[in-house]
Amino acid sequence: MLAFLVQRISQALLVMFVISVIAFSIQDNLGDPLQEMVGMSVSEEEREKLRDELGLNDPFVVQYLRFAGNALQGDLGTSYFYGKPTVDVILENLPATLELVIGATLIIVLFSVPIGVYAAIRPQAWLSKFFMGVSTVGISIPVFLTAIVLIQLFSIGVTVTLFPEDTGWGSWLNGALSTNGGLPSYGRGDELTHLFGTWESGFFTQDGLLHLLLPSISLASIMLPLFIRLIRAEMMEVLQSDYIRYARAKGLAAPRINFLHALKNTMLPVITVGGVQIGIMVAYTILTETVFQWPGVGLMFLEAITRSDIPLIVAYLMVVGLIFVITNTLVDLIYGLVNPTVKLTGKKA
Amino acid sequence: MKKLLTAFVGSMALAAAPVAFAAEATKELKMAYDADPVTMDIHEQLSGGMLQLSHLTFDPLLRWTKDLGFEPRLAESWERVDDNTMRFKLREGVKFHSGNELTAEDVKFTFERLKKSADYKAIFRPFTEVRVVDDYTFELVTEKPYPLLLNAATYIFPMDSEFYSGETDDGKAKDLIDKKGGSFASRNMSGTGPYIIADRQQGVRLEFERFADYWDTESPGNVGKIVLTPIKENNTRVSALLSGGVDFIAPVPPTDLDRIRSDKNTDLVTMTGTRIIMFQLNQERVEAFKNPKVREAIAYAVNQEGIAAKIMKGFATPAAQMSPEGYQGHNPNLKPRYDVAKAQELMKEAGYEDGFTITMMAPNNRYVNDDKIAQAVAAMLSRINIKVDLKTLPKAQYWPEFDDRAADMMMIGWHADTEDSANFYEFLTFCPDSETGAGQYNAGNYCNPELDKLVEMANVETDLDKRAEMLQTVEQRLYEDAAFIPLHWQDLAWAAKKNVKIEPVLNVMNFPYLGDLVIE
Repeated sequence: MLAFLVQRISQALLVMFVISVIAFSIQDNLGDPLQEMVGMSVSEEEREKLRDELGLNDPFVVQYLRFAGNALQGDLGTSYFYGKPTVDVILENLPATLELVIGATLIIVLFSVPIGVYAAIRPQAWLSKFFMGVSTVGISIPVFLTAIVLIQLFSIGVTVTLFPEDTGWGSWLNGALSTNGGLPSYGRGDELTHLFGTWESGFFTQDGLLHLLLPSISLASIMLPLFIRLIRAEMMEVLQSDYIRYARAKGLAAPRINFLHALKNTMLPVITVGGVQIGIMVAYTILTETVFQWPGVGLMFLEAITRSDIPLIVAYLMVVGLIFVITNTLVDLIYGLVNPTVKLTGKKA
Repeated sequence: MKKLLTAFVGSMALAAAPVAFAAEATKELKMAYDADPVTMDIHEQLSGGMLQLSHLTFDPLLRWTKDLGFEPRLAESWERVDDNTMRFKLREGVKFHSGNELTAEDVKFTFERLKKSADYKAIFRPFTEVRVVDDYTFELVTEKPYPLLLNAATYIFPMDSEFYSGETDDGKAKDLIDKKGGSFASRNMSGTGPYIIADRQQGVRLEFERFADYWDTESPGNVGKIVLTPIKENNTRVSALLSGGVDFIAPVPPTDLDRIRSDKNTDLVTMTGTRIIMFQLNQERVEAFKNPKVREAIAYAVNQEGIAAKIMKGFATPAAQMSPEGYQGHNPNLKPRYDVAKAQELMKEAGYEDGFTITMMAPNNRYVNDDKIAQAVAAMLSRINIKVDLKTLPKAQYWPEFDDRAADMMMIGWHADTEDSANFYEFLTFCPDSETGAGQYNAGNYCNPELDKLVEMANVETDLDKRAEMLQTVEQRLYEDAAFIPLHWQDLAWAAKKNVKIEPVLNVMNFPYLGDLVIE
């Protein structure tokens, strides 16, 4: 276990080093940060002075060493736009993103497991076929389109007048197809509960939860079909295995076989994939947060790019890199807990 | 009779209503803009967002009216003392948010700070000092007679000298202007304006509360609280309005104008803007551009009306010059010239019948539909056999390329900080001179010393009619020379719920006077 941790931490440090070099070396292609900091009519002389003050005129190596030196002391620089340490800015925005990811994860877990299991046990049922059909479509719709459709349907509302309003069936159909709207379309709302530090949570008020709803569904929409299909496929394979047949032959009750014996082994690969996917989900938050003006790190990162806020971009990449490294490590650990036969050292078994 | 009397009393009450409203500003306004102010220090950056903030939390000495005239605010009146001096009388009894009272010393303090601000110092270069006469009288002194004195005075938002003086706990001067962030003024504020910042999470939310001791008790404004949410994404901003999440949005993207017009719960207000979009022809990079006939041919080949109608969906005013209507230099005789046959003929006369190849660059996220406009212009030029190699870039990467003059034709948009034509010429058509900073954005390297001289003369001409004539001559000559290819002035659009009466508080400079906003 200890060897595993040491190995993991040194790996993580190497990964972070590589990320920092890459992030730092793309800065010249991100444009001139001064364009966002000064008005158009400011003279070149003034700009040059400010560039000097910001250390932008130093050679790359000098800039990198200065950055790395500060980073080792926990200082990832000061954001040009926010005028605050980048770590503070990220920590202020991180709770919103984490809550969005948690919301989406909850939706995924709540729906993918029952649907996936059901579709595996009853592959021929029409409901299973329906779910599989929908999930195929779901995989191919980009997240921002889902988001825009959700906003139109549930925030703005749609009035359908396709059918004759004066007939009973017509007005019923119109009514059934129309939506009222009214759900919040942007932001986290006004009623946030303060937890600790900079963490303001939307999980404890109705207003907060309503604001969370559409963004979470949008974010979940990419992963949900994938997980349903994954669980179904794994479960079907497990159901074919010898030990399940043996259990059946022994006359064990079907729910016991399905949910205790089969599901446990189904979840192993699902957890591995899930861990990686959570990391990817952090990346997808950028799209979702942009559409819903969700004040998280994804939106912050995208705006940092348009502003050429280089310190913030580099810091974000470092933090996201760190999150990837940590989730991967945790996934390996959980994997070990669920299935103790896995060797954690990662060496030849 | 009794009925009549009741009706009479009722109408009296209605007539008195605005005053009654002003006494209790209770309404709440939720608004969504595409950005929020970068700092609370109004002298840190000169930008539209910062000026909007200045008008909310401070008050200028005087401000622009809708027809580009002036109306007194903190300065009650002004009169010329001599060629170089204007005397202002300050309103008495005006309180800052801190409780301090506004005096001429505050104006002097503010002026001196403006002179130190990298972004604002250019506007105040012609000024030498603010001379305090007594507590409520001061004089603005310029080096030479300066016709734009009042224009510049709209940028003086008096700051609370007592509040911004002294040192913070960590020993920094409180009036320090620091773009890298972390100054006292970028986190604390005391103005005389209608609103106080109650809560600020940069990039997320900005909350204003009405200032109880606001001096302008005649203002009909009845908004007690404003919540500003920056929403950059066009679709999201429009959805927020249509779903009732916010009451007021700006800007409205051209693609959504019809959607908002057809919505029965919202009002759309549009106006011709003052930002000119144009292309510059680099004469240093392309030999052919030195030939006035070639430049003219290009001017004839570009269809401004078509671009405004098709690409901008009617949301732009086609231009043949830089000065928009209302500016002194606006020359009403100049109309867009579009005539492909004429253009082809000119190319032939110039000896370029077979055309040539050029490079073109434009931003793709700075101006409305900028990349599409560039594509259209490239297509139009192909009809006179000019092959265009077009590259569009995000603005952060575009401006460094622009500074390097990296392409033969480059797009730029410009709004004159002084709301005056001379500003256009100084930055865009003056012979480039890195010493004086003249022609800083003249990527065409067009140079006509004669015109530069005329503009400089206009800049010390205080007879405004005479001055207008001079500037209009400049505009005419630039047109004849085809010094650049003007496209259009970008229109402005705002939208709000029906009960939010935004129309009276909007203006072409795009800083709504929200202190006067009435919500029914």
